[in-house]
Amino acid sequence: MQPTTSLIYDGTFNGLLSCIFLSYEEKLEVVGINPTGMANEELFSESLEVITDKFKADRVWKAFKKIASSRGAKSIYFAYLSEAPGIELEILKYLQHTFQHKKSIDGDFASPHVLKIVQTAKKVSREKHRMEAFVRFQLTKDSIYFATIEPDFNVLPVIKHHFTSRYSDQEWIIYDLKRKFGLYYNLTTTNIINIDFAKNSGSSEENDYFFDSHEQDFQKLWKNYFEATTIKSRINIRLHHQHVPKRYWKYLIEKNPLHN
Amino acid sequence: MMFDRIKEKLEILADAAKYDVSCSSSGSKRSNKNKGLGNSDGMGICHSYTEDGRCVSLLKILLTNHCIFDCAYCVTRRSNDIKRAAFKVQEVVDLTINFYRRNYIEGLFLSSGIFKDADFTMERLIQVAKKLRLEENFNGYIHLKSIPGASDELMHEAGLYADRLSVNIEIPTVSGLKKLAPEKDHADFIKPMEKVKNEIIQYNSEKKLIKSTPKYAPAGQSTQMIVGATGESDREIMLSANHYYKNYNMKRVYYSGYVPIRNDPRLPSLGSQVPMLRENRLYQTDWLMRFYGFEVNELLNPQFPNLDVEVDPKLSWALRNPQHFPVDINRAEKETLLRIPGVGLKSVSKILNARKYRKLNYDHLKAIGVALNRARYFIICDSRGWETKDLGSAKIKSLILRNSVGKFRKDYSSQLSLF
Repeated sequence: MQPTTSLIYDGTFNGLLSCIFLSYEEKLEVVGINPTGMANEELFSESLEVITDKFKADRVWKAFKKIASSRGAKSIYFAYLSEAPGIELEILKYLQHTFQHKKSIDGDFASPHVLKIVQTAKKVSREKHRMEAFVRFQLTKDSIYFATIEPDFNVLPVIKHHFTSRYSDQEWIIYDLKRKFGLYYNLTTTNIINIDFAKNSGSSEENDYFFDSHEQDFQKLWKNYFEATTIKSRINIRLHHQHVPKRYWKYLIEKNPLHN
Repeated sequence: MMFDRIKEKLEILADAAKYDVSCSSSGSKRSNKNKGLGNSDGMGICHSYTEDGRCVSLLKILLTNHCIFDCAYCVTRRSNDIKRAAFKVQEVVDLTINFYRRNYIEGLFLSSGIFKDADFTMERLIQVAKKLRLEENFNGYIHLKSIPGASDELMHEAGLYADRLSVNIEIPTVSGLKKLAPEKDHADFIKPMEKVKNEIIQYNSEKKLIKSTPKYAPAGQSTQMIVGATGESDREIMLSANHYYKNYNMKRVYYSGYVPIRNDPRLPSLGSQVPMLRENRLYQTDWLMRFYGFEVNELLNPQFPNLDVEVDPKLSWALRNPQHFPVDINRAEKETLLRIPGVGLKSVSKILNARKYRKLNYDHLKAIGVALNRARYFIICDSRGWETKDLGSAKIKSLILRNSVGKFRKDYSSQLSLF
């Protein structure tokens, strides 16, 4: 019997694709792919640390895209961003199926593997859309529109385009507190940044010195607007919670009790 | 900005605008040029939701709630004793820009009470949109109200800056309008609608020849009808909606359950319930007409003038037309699949894709997202034990009701116990 292998990668998409390349090159029987630090000690399989190789990753991705639809390629990338435990192995299987059949399996929604990828991608896509909706910028004294987020999935890479094309005449930062990196648009390009700061920054009360003198006024106007636009005789709290789950309230000036 | 003064105006003028249910910010592509502000890519975004569950996508306000008309159903009618306020053009521009930059909104929805006359009011609305587009280089979404009776020249100009234009027909029938808004003329509502429709057609045909033709109201027109203020049947409402979809190329017709705001012998009394279930059923019917290939006569006709409250209109149609069923999931055309209760647009698309790879059975359909509790009585698939017996419509209906929960069920539970 062929020994099984568990692969460890650096957590990047190219890293994952490098793992897939290696599995073909070395004809490995892969039973796990995990980011560094997340790997379980597999008792009966060999652990192998894979070095990310952009060239190999590109080869895998190009070969896949040649067969798969653009919808399928997007699903795979979004599923990867979910960071769900075990999703890497699902992605490997999906690519294996595609290469094996030499035709796209993207529409095979009755296959549990395809459905798993599609459903995971859907969750990420929903979170992406929510972040595009729920990010609330606050204007700093240096004229930077600043927001922090803690999304369930790693959506910064996929919301970059939306915010860059929308706010192209203002400097802005969106910072992911959970994953400790952010996007900074400097009026020309949007780049990844790392900032070291305390967790409570982002709320205006504690950072009066940090934000523009009228920032609070606009937040109050927004809260007033939000309340005035509610129709009291139609209150439907269940529906409200369904649309704006409580875990997102911390972003929303209009829902956050801290912003009174 | 005078924040205290603005705050007061905002409260009054947002409160007065909230009965307009249109919230859509989709359907318009306006890409960011020359490092301007904003970008509309055709997808709407709901930035928040009020406690009544409606989405907040646009800053929805009136320019003023001063009005020369006295329509019975309207909060801002002349005879109503309420606080009045008016925004200056620049104030609306500043609010919109500052909210948009903070990612609170997708754009502006601007309506107004009618002060002085129709043209004077319409001109002010256009001024706001023009300033946003030309001075602020704003590419976000702008929805302007077409003021009934506004001149053709102004409606032409409005479409050059707005993404969407709308006139609220409010009362679905001409006779109802006479009763509740005797000062208003039905023809005044139609005039701007007709003008905008023709302009859109003309601009679109020119666009095909000359690429640089400017955009004209790229997100089209919409309108709104109040439901339950006058005695119309569901059929009358949907025939009216169908008329506006077909003859004025409406993108949307909105249905707004009447919220009692005063005691008036012509209207439902204060404290009567907002007809939310009815509103919901009308929207379902609207969707069936626009996306599922149903004709209004199939769903509502002289024998069946009002929608069933207990079950959705598609299920109700299927129960009345058992001759079309069962449908074979693995063979039927798209149009036929769309008519199965419990199978939505997304499920249909998934079924069409998935059945190329294998024959689908109950488990597959369930995983894909089909509501089998309704669909199972109307389909054949690759599972044994599909419903072979001819149960009859009444039996199927009671089985479905027993095995499901409905959010409005409590409102008619007394009727339910009859089964």
